[in-house]
Amino acid sequence: MPKLVKDGAVIDDTWTLLEKPEGEPAEAEVPTGAVIVPLSVWQAQKDTLAQRPDVGVWLDSDETADQLGEDAAHLPLVAVNFPVFADGRAFTTARVLRERYDFQGELRAVGHFIRDQLCYLRRCGVNAFAFADQSINLEEAAQSLHDFSEYYQASVDQPLPLFRRRAS
Amino acid sequence: MYIYDDHDHTILRQRVAQFRDQTRRYLAGDIPDEHFLPLRLQNGLYIQRLAPMLRINVPYGMLNSTQLRTLAHITRTYDKGYCHVSTRQNIQLNWPELEEVPDILAELAKVEMHCTQSSGNCIRNITSDQFAGIAEDEVIDPRPYCEILRQWSSFHPEFAFLPRKFKIAVSGSERDRAAIQVHDIGLQLVRDSEGKTAFNVYVGGGLGRTPVIGSLIREALPQEHILSYLEAILRIYNQFGRRDNKFKARIKILVKAMTPEVFAEKVNAEWAHLKDGYNTLIEDEIARAKSYFTEPAYEVLDDGEAQQALDAQAAESVAFGKWLQRNVRGHKQPGYAAVTLSLKPTGVAPGDVTDKQLEVIADLADAFSFGEVRTTHEQNIVMADVKKADLYALWQKAKVAGFATPNIGTLTDIIACPGGDFCSLANAKSIPIAEAIQRQFDDLDYVYDLGDIDLNISGCMNACGHHHVGHIGILGVDKKGEEFYQVQLGGNAANDASLGAVLGPAFKSEEMPQVVQKIIDVYVDNRNGDELFIDTFRRIGVAPFKERVYAKAS
Repeated sequence: MPKLVKDGAVIDDTWTLLEKPEGEPAEAEVPTGAVIVPLSVWQAQKDTLAQRPDVGVWLDSDETADQLGEDAAHLPLVAVNFPVFADGRAFTTARVLRERYDFQGELRAVGHFIRDQLCYLRRCGVNAFAFADQSINLEEAAQSLHDFSEYYQASVDQPLPLFRRRAS
Repeated sequence: MYIYDDHDHTILRQRVAQFRDQTRRYLAGDIPDEHFLPLRLQNGLYIQRLAPMLRINVPYGMLNSTQLRTLAHITRTYDKGYCHVSTRQNIQLNWPELEEVPDILAELAKVEMHCTQSSGNCIRNITSDQFAGIAEDEVIDPRPYCEILRQWSSFHPEFAFLPRKFKIAVSGSERDRAAIQVHDIGLQLVRDSEGKTAFNVYVGGGLGRTPVIGSLIREALPQEHILSYLEAILRIYNQFGRRDNKFKARIKILVKAMTPEVFAEKVNAEWAHLKDGYNTLIEDEIARAKSYFTEPAYEVLDDGEAQQALDAQAAESVAFGKWLQRNVRGHKQPGYAAVTLSLKPTGVAPGDVTDKQLEVIADLADAFSFGEVRTTHEQNIVMADVKKADLYALWQKAKVAGFATPNIGTLTDIIACPGGDFCSLANAKSIPIAEAIQRQFDDLDYVYDLGDIDLNISGCMNACGHHHVGHIGILGVDKKGEEFYQVQLGGNAANDASLGAVLGPAFKSEEMPQVVQKIIDVYVDNRNGDELFIDTFRRIGVAPFKERVYAKAS
């Protein structure tokens, strides 16, 4: 079974990720079991999928948190995709899901992000990391989650910017 | 000047440790080149034509003498004994070894300096007015706000992988000396209708291959909202800026495509969510930041008396008088002046300075200017707080060290990027062209009479030499492997910013001194009294210049 880093620990990945459908999203077949569906499939089949407790949604980098919107609050898992590691849109998507749409479930990075992005991703609210490259040593990679212990900015993990903490 | 507390030191130490580990993993073959690229760039390290180049941030241009001495030590120990002041007020090393960069960063961190985000697709070093805090036309000192922005932008988790680089400049005076309208974001500090501190926000300016003057999208934004408003802008850019084509990825392209009006609406809609959140600046923080930029211990001096003595010295020495005219400017404090040390003597690459010279500057700063200097985007060094009574002594020492060329603001105070001698992006060399032009105009009296002329040279369309906003702009181009130079006239980086118009077909390098000479001849022939070059150009247009420069030899 593939593995991932979640909340700092290496665990089995029990979710499967459904690729974007080539045909109509309304007609895409969603398998049983824990599955992460593309946004288009979620939007087209929301009425049925929302009945299931084991359906998550993944957003590609050209899809925004606003497109999932209030639905996020009811989902167990949302994933943000990195088509290439330098595409930094997922950082914003993650933060908006947490801060604006009050998403409390597992927020997972998927795709081609790299180890050295883990600390900033964690700060933006991502708590699970499923690397596309299965050869990566996840225990070692997880060390990068805490490259910094102190920060200037407000973010998901520390909503008070340093200047407010300095002042108190 | 800002002084780090434990928090700042902790963050910077962790950054150095992070990059040390990344470098170790890269050298061990555990990080591929493609992944290491943004990591090293965001620590200032380029791989250049001949060797790596390390860009050290000088936040809003401020340096103290301790930092200058450390820079001297670093250039001597890790490099070939000289460095380069860039057009964004930073310091660049040309020959560091990759393996030693973590050590350089550690040495810099000890004196509260860093290379954080000095390159890469992230928020870059915040630049400002080299005369901040002392200018007679200053409305609000921009430096406390620059420091607040430096901290906000450093290691910002959301904006480290933007579509493209992102540059912010801040000005707090009536006359814009920070070229804010050609930055991704330009901030103009103003007083609002109630006298409170506020920002006019320009967005989408920039040079490069598509030069654009920024659009004013927000007037009089109250100061407490600056961080949340900037986050709204960055967030719109991060989500919607183009990522398919690096040449269309700057925010200026997005603003243009959306129109500034629509872009502003999007920013406002995003800002509605962020406004009044934790990023809202508090009084304590603004006061804390301001506490580091208080006035130095000025003596109470009689300005009239000091000026009289100076005038007498200038009457004795014509050379000193000229230096006073060109390299010394007024100060809001009676009896004080600001001095610009010229890094543009003929025969030296514009902005280059040696380790020994850095130490001389440190000594001069300690002796004459409260131990601080500023780098300028024109690639010179400013000593901001010199007693008028000390100017003659300073001039004599500066002359010996080679800093007293009385050419500030003149034709030979050339802005030039490192160009093809160093930079792997360049199409053509910049430094030899600058030198050839300086040699053409070696008559100081003549140059002096010509008055203020900005001559800017870039070795490629990335425009590090700001050629679009030079009164005379020179752009290196490559034509079938040969270096050519295109000339633009009429650019201007000040408040009435404008972009230069291309004169015509490009020239060979050896033609350039004569081309510039002909341009100057047309100006002199058409000049009314003491009219400035840019004003003559705006009055008579490009045609007479074109006619003379491209006239067939008869």
